Amino acid sequence: MAQHLVDLVRQVFPAAVLSTHAQHGDETVVLAASAWEEVHRFLKNDARTKMDMLTDLTAVDYPDRLPRFEVVSHLLSLEFGHRLRLKAAVGDADGEVVEIATLTALWASANWLERECFDMLGVTFVGHPDLRRILLYPEFQGHPLRKDYPANKIQPLIPFREVDNIEKVAPFGVDEGMSFGRQTHDHWGRSEDPGQGWSGQGGPN
Amino acid sequence: MEPLDLELEATEVELPVEPMLVNVGPSHPAMHGTVRCVMELSGESIQRVDVQVGFLHRGFEKMCERGTWTQVFPYVDRCNYVSPMLNNVGFAMACEKMLGIQVPERCQYYRMILGELARMSDHLTCDGAMAMELGAFTPFLWMVKARDLIWDVMEEETGARLTHSFGRVGGMAKPPTNGFKEHVRAVSAQVLSIMGEVERLLFGNRIFLDRLEGVGFISAEDAISLGWTGPCLRAAGVPYDVRKAHPYLKYGEVDFEVPVGTNSDCLDRFLVRIAEMKQSARIIEQCIERMADEGGVNVDDPRVILPEKEEVYSTIEATIQHFKIVMEGLKLPAGEVYSYSEGGNGELGFYLVSDGSGTPYRVRIRPPCFLATAGLERIITGQMIADVVPCFGSLNMIGGECDR
Repeated sequence: MAQHLVDLVRQVFPAAVLSTHAQHGDETVVLAASAWEEVHRFLKNDARTKMDMLTDLTAVDYPDRLPRFEVVSHLLSLEFGHRLRLKAAVGDADGEVVEIATLTALWASANWLERECFDMLGVTFVGHPDLRRILLYPEFQGHPLRKDYPANKIQPLIPFREVDNIEKVAPFGVDEGMSFGRQTHDHWGRSEDPGQGWSGQGGPN
Repeated sequence: MEPLDLELEATEVELPVEPMLVNVGPSHPAMHGTVRCVMELSGESIQRVDVQVGFLHRGFEKMCERGTWTQVFPYVDRCNYVSPMLNNVGFAMACEKMLGIQVPERCQYYRMILGELARMSDHLTCDGAMAMELGAFTPFLWMVKARDLIWDVMEEETGARLTHSFGRVGGMAKPPTNGFKEHVRAVSAQVLSIMGEVERLLFGNRIFLDRLEGVGFISAEDAISLGWTGPCLRAAGVPYDVRKAHPYLKYGEVDFEVPVGTNSDCLDRFLVRIAEMKQSARIIEQCIERMADEGGVNVDDPRVILPEKEEVYSTIEATIQHFKIVMEGLKLPAGEVYSYSEGGNGELGFYLVSDGSGTPYRVRIRPPCFLATAGLERIITGQMIADVVPCFGSLNMIGGECDR
């Protein structure tokens, strides 16, 4: 159905395409990881493809292979109705350095999908503006969808997080996970002596 | 008492506004599920927001890798738990695509009827909860009453009201009951009449309309870029419906329309769901007419379908066959597949990787509302804090599906 897309990608990026297949009718292009962003950009912008939706992005762990992880994306063109799957293999055997370029500049959906992929499989998307865990909490150890993560592993209990000026807070701090941090406005409208409290004077001019 | 600011121009009087951080959730009556919004407010308008999900994460994708393919069904049930039948059918279709088998026609219609009923119950829940969060409690009770009627059908057919685990690779767990068609006809008519009452209750209500109209706008380009599908995308004016664009089962043969919105606001998302329920009723009516009264619902393939219990207990062949399927699991051929269907919230995708053993190597569920929730940040930034409630409600975030 979308064989012409596979041919087109092969024709435009002859060096980047490692292999192709169409198992169960899903056309797939296996790319060199270095061309990941470039090929996606072409497929999104070219008038013949117009892949305007990044439907899904995930990864699969193959501990026996090298590179170990396979990052998988599924693209869809609403106008033409064709779909394409792209894959690229990345990562060393230990899973320490697993890096691939981000697609956040192309599709907004890549933001959360890549965060989830990072959270679950530990794939680092280089250039992602806000790469932090999304489904799990920051203290979580390991990446659960890796094959070397035992399914019955028990995570350590997390102590109360330390937040300045608050003696003890629940694990969910007031500013937890915020990319913009906690705002303080102590310089404005309050006297220096905390006992005195609100002075009722001052303020921005 | 003399006013203090007599000599001041109105523009000079400025209230001191300092940005304030407000936490809503994870457990909050307005949050429709377990989601946490950390908002930075200036007065009442939202300057920045951080939407945090994951509070209902149960590690389904990991758990799927431990059993057989058939044992995945209860997990997908618990993804979108207001329309579990659609998930069941979606997953069964993914496995069938891998095995290259096609279920009998009767089963296809049966799946469509149950699936459309599930879609109605999904939309009823979303619209009802949305109205309730805006203070309209009566319509919520009306819609839950309608949903209960649908669940009566589900109970009659599957034995369970909520999580059915009724789908099977290659068919369904049981054929339709004897009174199935009459029951569905009666329920579908009742639901539509209840919806008429709900519409009269809500659309004459100025407060309800004012809180939805023009709130939570998103452009079609942004919605597509965010990967939105389903009612949320159609409310933005994009007529993309998997049932029309890539017909599966018998959707190519039935007559129905894809309702789209014009303003892409919360009201449109509400109205699109109501219009879709009516289309679902149309589909159900046509399927009932075409579904045969006799015949099996399972494929005739001993590799995937369990033998009859009588035979299991009386013949050695059936015992072995039963043992192989239950203990070793279905042998899906090695390879990968991406199968998609229209779930309650949009394109529900399954990316399955099999290594040829009976155990899934990787089950990736593409949850439609995970991406819808990703767009919440965009639609509420710059809005008033009171708008968070209708905006969030209109996306129909289902915690189980979003967090898995």
